[in-house]
Amino acid sequence: MARLIGVEIPNEKKIEYSLPYIYGIGLPLSRKILAATKIDPNTRAGELTDEQLAVLTQAIQATNLPMEGDLRREIGAHMKRILSINCYRAHRHRRGLPSRGQRTHTNGRTRKGSRKTVGAQAKKK
Amino acid sequence: MGRSLKKGPFVQQALLEKVDKANETNSKKPIKTWARSSMITPDLVGHTFLVHNGKDFVSVYVTENMVGHRLGEFALTRVFKSHGGITVKVAK
Repeated sequence: MARLIGVEIPNEKKIEYSLPYIYGIGLPLSRKILAATKIDPNTRAGELTDEQLAVLTQAIQATNLPMEGDLRREIGAHMKRILSINCYRAHRHRRGLPSRGQRTHTNGRTRKGSRKTVGAQAKKK
Repeated sequence: MGRSLKKGPFVQQALLEKVDKANETNSKKPIKTWARSSMITPDLVGHTFLVHNGKDFVSVYVTENMVGHRLGEFALTRVFKSHGGITVKVAK
C-alpha cells in the first residue's frame, strides 16, 4: 500500500487509476500529474519507488488545488452559505430536488432517489 | 452562461435610485419592487426589500452573503404541495 499526502492509501491498481482515490483528483488530473512527472501510468501503485512517491507528492502539492479535508471543508462552507441565505437553490436542496432548473415531471432520479408511489392514503380507524 | 463582464451586473435603474435615496435619508423602510432579476450589489446590503412573487410581496432582508444572487431567488413563485394526504374520497 502506497501512501500519498497524509493518509491516502491508493490500492494495488495502476497508479493512473489509484490516484483518483484521493478526494479532489479525477482521471484527467491524475493523467496530467503523471504526464508532468514522467511516471509510467501503467505501473502498479505498490511498485512505485520511494523517490517516485516523493515526486508525486510534490507534483500534487504543486497543483495548488484543495484536496481531501480542505476540499470537503470548502464545499461544506459553500453549501452552508447557500442554505443560510434561503434562496431558491437552498429550498431545492432541502427538498432533495434538482436545483439547476431541470425538469422533475419525469427524470431527476439522481436527486429524488428510487421511485416511490405516492397516493391518497386511507384514514386509519 | 454568464453575463458579459463589460456590461457589469444588471440592476434595475429605478431600484438603484430608490436605494440611493434610502441611503441618503438613512431610512430603513422596506423598498417595494418587482425587479426580481436585479442582481444584489453591495449597495443593497442592509436594506429590506418587498419582492413581488407574482401575487404578494415577500420581505427579503439583504445580507452580505447574498451579493451576486438575484432578488427573485429569495421570493419563491410557487407553493410546494406534497402528495399523499388523507382525502374524503379515499376515507369512504
